[in-house]
Amino acid sequence: MFPMTACDLSVKVRQKHIIGPINLTINEGGITVLMGPNGAGKTTLLKALHGIIRLSNGQVTFATPAKTAQEQQSFVFQSPIMLRRSVLENLAYPLMINGQDKQIAMELARTWAAKIGLSAHMDRPATFLSGGEKQKIALARALITSPKLLFLDEPTASLDGAATVEIEALLNEAQSTGSTIIMSTHNIGQARRMASSVLFIKDGQIDAHSAANAFFDTPPTQAAQKFISGDIVL
Amino acid sequence: MNDLWNGIQQAIWLTLTLDADLVEISLRSLRVTLSALFVSCLIALPLAAILAVRRFKYRRLIISTLNALMGLPPVVVGLLVYILLSRSGPFGVLGLLFTTHAMVIAQVIIITPLITSIAHQSLRELWSEYHDLLISMNTSKWQRIKTLLWDGRRALMTASLAGFGRAIGEVGAIMIVGGNIDHATRVLTTAISLETSKGDFALALALGFVLITLALAVNFTTHWLGRTEREGRW
Ligand SMILES: Nc1ncnc2c1ncn2[C@@H]1O[C@H](COP(=O)(O)OP(=O)(O)O)[C@@H](O)[C@H]1O
Ligand SMILES: [Mg+2]
Repeated sequence: MFPMTACDLSVKVRQKHIIGPINLTINEGGITVLMGPNGAGKTTLLKALHGIIRLSNGQVTFATPAKTAQEQQSFVFQSPIMLRRSVLENLAYPLMINGQDKQIAMELARTWAAKIGLSAHMDRPATFLSGGEKQKIALARALITSPKLLFLDEPTASLDGAATVEIEALLNEAQSTGSTIIMSTHNIGQARRMASSVLFIKDGQIDAHSAANAFFDTPPTQAAQKFISGDIVL
Repeated sequence: MNDLWNGIQQAIWLTLTLDADLVEISLRSLRVTLSALFVSCLIALPLAAILAVRRFKYRRLIISTLNALMGLPPVVVGLLVYILLSRSGPFGVLGLLFTTHAMVIAQVIIITPLITSIAHQSLRELWSEYHDLLISMNTSKWQRIKTLLWDGRRALMTASLAGFGRAIGEVGAIMIVGGNIDHATRVLTTAISLETSKGDFALALALGFVLITLALAVNFTTHWLGRTEREGRW
């Protein structure tokens, strides 16, 4: 499925230019972290790469046919979208969508519920849980299909330290079991902990794209330099 | 005053002894309205889901037509159905006029727009909540519709109950197309209307009790559905 290539990708919403043109190649493995000021276009870029918003120009291609590639991706949204169903049914949902046998899907869902520490709440409606619990469900629901490519949009933005640690552990595990991860974050500490490469976005453009070590040791651009030293970048 | 008091006493007596006429008329009312409700739901609920999920060419037109139909006075619906089913009308050969079938048809026309409209409102809300997730998971159109119908089932029940309430209490249309024939097409509302005009308050009041009880049952159920939704049960 890899490399994933974005070629001259642009997004407009009602004539307004949001991002692009963006040219980008993502290879298999690792965690690519998107950083950049608010409104830079991180969310838009993630959704565009995942193929859930219309591109006004350019394309995203994979080494496999588009349909196959699409089936092997998952997306975790910034504010978790919970189906009005039990925790277990939320977890089993993508499997059921893919035509998995119900018994097997439920069994796997139970395993994941245990893994994210929600066995006790398995049969409760997911919409009634806390923000951190919902985000863990959203992540587990994204991982349950063993995606080759996982997108996350600021997955820990509204979570406390404990929940953040849990999410990061799940992401590290997913990465080590074969998921390539692209995530945005506002948390520079998180970027340092997780990133294997960094994509710095500014005004809808890629300002810098480099290996994480290099990015943090010698920031490639002035904006990146200011951003990681904690200055405000506009 | 004495008349009224007598009437109430007799009405209670009729109700408690399960008077044959009273039972026959009540059961017929239920049969006609539940049949109409069943047919309406088969049309209205999927239509509401399709209108919520799909963006097709005539979507706006259908929605405004439904809204217009909702404002149609039932008597006019009765008149139209009468014309269509009358001996010289296009469906005259079917011989449906003055049968319970004709009443079911009239009720279906009256409540389908109502149920569709209420159901569409809640499903549209649910869809805006689910949209990104279901798109991201590559759900088919049919899976989206199924998911909305299932997860919105409480709201759909509420919509159906509104339709039931409207149909069971309707008098103008079914009077015209049913003819209020004793032992054939006489139902709660038409019987009340007739008995009242004859000055027989006893049966009219007893029939009224039944009708009020049904209306209250619908109200309580609607209320209860709302509560289970808020408390996150089933
Ligand atoms: N649907 C939309 N309609 C109008 N403007 C939008 C829409 N989506 C995003 N934008 C604008 O595009 C820019 C980038 O947004 P976003 O991708 O959410 O940035 P980020 O995630 O980096 O904060 C912002 O200025 C935002 O206001
Ligand atoms: Mg964002």
